[in-house]
Amino acid sequence: MPRRAALRRALYGASWILVTACAAEASAGELDLSGYINLESRGYPQSAAYADQPGNIGGIVLEPELYFQSDAGWSFTLTPFLRYDSADSNRSHTDIREACFLVYGDAGDGEWELRLGVDRVFWGVAESNHLVDIINQTDLVDHPNEEVKLGQLMAHATWAGEWGAAELFVLPHQRKRTFPGRGDRLRSSILIDQDHPSWESSAEQWNTDLAARYSRSFGIFDVGVSLFDGTSREPVFQPRLDPRDGSLSLTPHYGQIRQWGLDAQATSEAWLWKLEAIYRTGARNLLGQKEDYAGFVAGGEYTLYSFSGSNTDLGLLGEWNYDQRGERATNTYQDDLFFGTRLAFNDVQDTAVTAGVLKDMNHSSGALVVEFNRRISDQWSTSAEIFALFDVDEKDARFYPVRRDSFIEWILTYNF
Amino acid sequence: MSPTHTRIHRTRVRFLMACLTALACLGTPLIAHSATAEEIGLEIAREARALEKGFGNFKARQTMVLRNKQGQESVRQLRFRVIEIEGDGDRSMFVFDEPRDVQGTALLIHAHAEEDDDQWLYLPALKRVKRISSSNRSGSFMGSEFAYEDMGSQEVEKFTWKYLHDEPCEELTCTVSERIPTDRKSGYSRQLIWRDKDHLRPRKVEYYDRKEELLKTLTIANYQQFLDRYWYSGEMMMENHQTGKSSILKWSDYEFGTDLEPRDFLKTGLRRIR
Repeated sequence: MPRRAALRRALYGASWILVTACAAEASAGELDLSGYINLESRGYPQSAAYADQPGNIGGIVLEPELYFQSDAGWSFTLTPFLRYDSADSNRSHTDIREACFLVYGDAGDGEWELRLGVDRVFWGVAESNHLVDIINQTDLVDHPNEEVKLGQLMAHATWAGEWGAAELFVLPHQRKRTFPGRGDRLRSSILIDQDHPSWESSAEQWNTDLAARYSRSFGIFDVGVSLFDGTSREPVFQPRLDPRDGSLSLTPHYGQIRQWGLDAQATSEAWLWKLEAIYRTGARNLLGQKEDYAGFVAGGEYTLYSFSGSNTDLGLLGEWNYDQRGERATNTYQDDLFFGTRLAFNDVQDTAVTAGVLKDMNHSSGALVVEFNRRISDQWSTSAEIFALFDVDEKDARFYPVRRDSFIEWILTYNF
Repeated sequence: MSPTHTRIHRTRVRFLMACLTALACLGTPLIAHSATAEEIGLEIAREARALEKGFGNFKARQTMVLRNKQGQESVRQLRFRVIEIEGDGDRSMFVFDEPRDVQGTALLIHAHAEEDDDQWLYLPALKRVKRISSSNRSGSFMGSEFAYEDMGSQEVEKFTWKYLHDEPCEELTCTVSERIPTDRKSGYSRQLIWRDKDHLRPRKVEYYDRKEELLKTLTIANYQQFLDRYWYSGEMMMENHQTGKSSILKWSDYEFGTDLEPRDFLKTGLRRIR
């Protein structure tokens, strides 16, 4: 392990040297710095379920993006991420979100593109769950919504034209998911021991994972089919007794899986119809057994533009999440309905409010998320979020440990 | 559209207008082959459109100044690029530079004459390309007084036309037509458009809301000629008479005959936007 850690450090180090070299040669191109700083405050109104969990936390996030465009046509993007959290917590962490070279050119009537380095890739169309999206690991300590992703080392080739886009990914290294620790809210009852993970592959984190995707638009349809073959981003957990003090923890285990994915959207007037479906083989279920399964999220979104004579648009969303494994599913979306609304005020400040409820069909448990966004000035903006869990069922293994972790968060952002 | 074709169009318009003027003066009843005000209006619109066609592609910068009733201002910076596509509508892209919280956001539009346009929005924070509905015709573009339908190319087929009269506009003479949007999703019952008779350049548009009340006035100024042929304005001012707000859209750094190709307007290219 130390050797691999050294290798990774060397890789990131090399990226830094390259970008420094590029910066030194800025006369042969253009250098641009942008990004944001967040001041965050999160309050948990309910008392903690476990010892050492905080009541209120504050934090600072910095995500600058350094972009270099060479006159020779290539570009390099470097996006470090730093979070400091006031609690003694796993939330304080750093990451390289992007450190990526990009070259592209003409290929017949279309184009080719090659990206080398650490990058982020998003696949999918649904709002309540990003089922098909698999390239990047989830940065779970950052937000429980699983939308924040860690940077992923990759070679990513694209060929695109009027016929669609074909993409090939070679992923030489897998990132470990981040998990809340002892001093964090939103954690499992038994702590996850991130220092003792295991992999099915003998190459451990350095298994060469492969992925491919073909996507195209025709008329009202946007469709993508994808294949991923390699190390699962989603771990299963194995109990571990600490030999020193006999304490129990859960260690993440990352299996080898193959996943076929489909994402499709039909856009017809004010309606958006969405489908994401996967078929995954090689994965272990909640009981630790290997079980192949299918899952999907399907739904629609309708927007009432200039709602009742105002400038405001009102969007209504509904999605159904289904996982064939039911209670043996390893995620929260085994049979869940999602309803949401989106209010866009279309004012100078781009004020927007979104609200959504995810309701488990087999348990009483549900989650409510309300988000508010507004620009203050050209550089300052603010957002607020309410994340609330309600009617959590004692038998619901996924929601029960976090039943007292509803929160209210306020963020002030400086964009530069 | 060939230059010859354009010349024929222009001749026909002049002929039709001459007919109408003559008829009005003589007070004689319309004869079988004389042009109606609707035919003249359509002919002027077609000719104006023909004069706009054939530019190939261009890039430009846009600065939008939004002003509220109290006079407070807010500025938007965008980059725009467009290419003509043989046998289809134009393809265009807007890239947002300011305000900083939306920087790097991009809107890709594949316009179609008959069907709805295809639109994709790129959200850089999520690396997500999102297909969005284009039926939001009457909605505000970036919180400004310009609606989406005011921003796109004004296709002749999307209106029914009627020539009204000629009148002086500043040092020029303008032809005034009424146009009624055929799209029921339009926010307007009708529009009046003033074009100068020299080059059929739009000079002013009045927009009437669904209740037939005057909603907005667009004034178009600072025309410059490019490629010895095409006239593009440097400043468009939209005033909302009902709210007292206004938006000024300034165009600058026009670049014609660039190396843009249709492939530069593919969905995959959105991910490279800076």
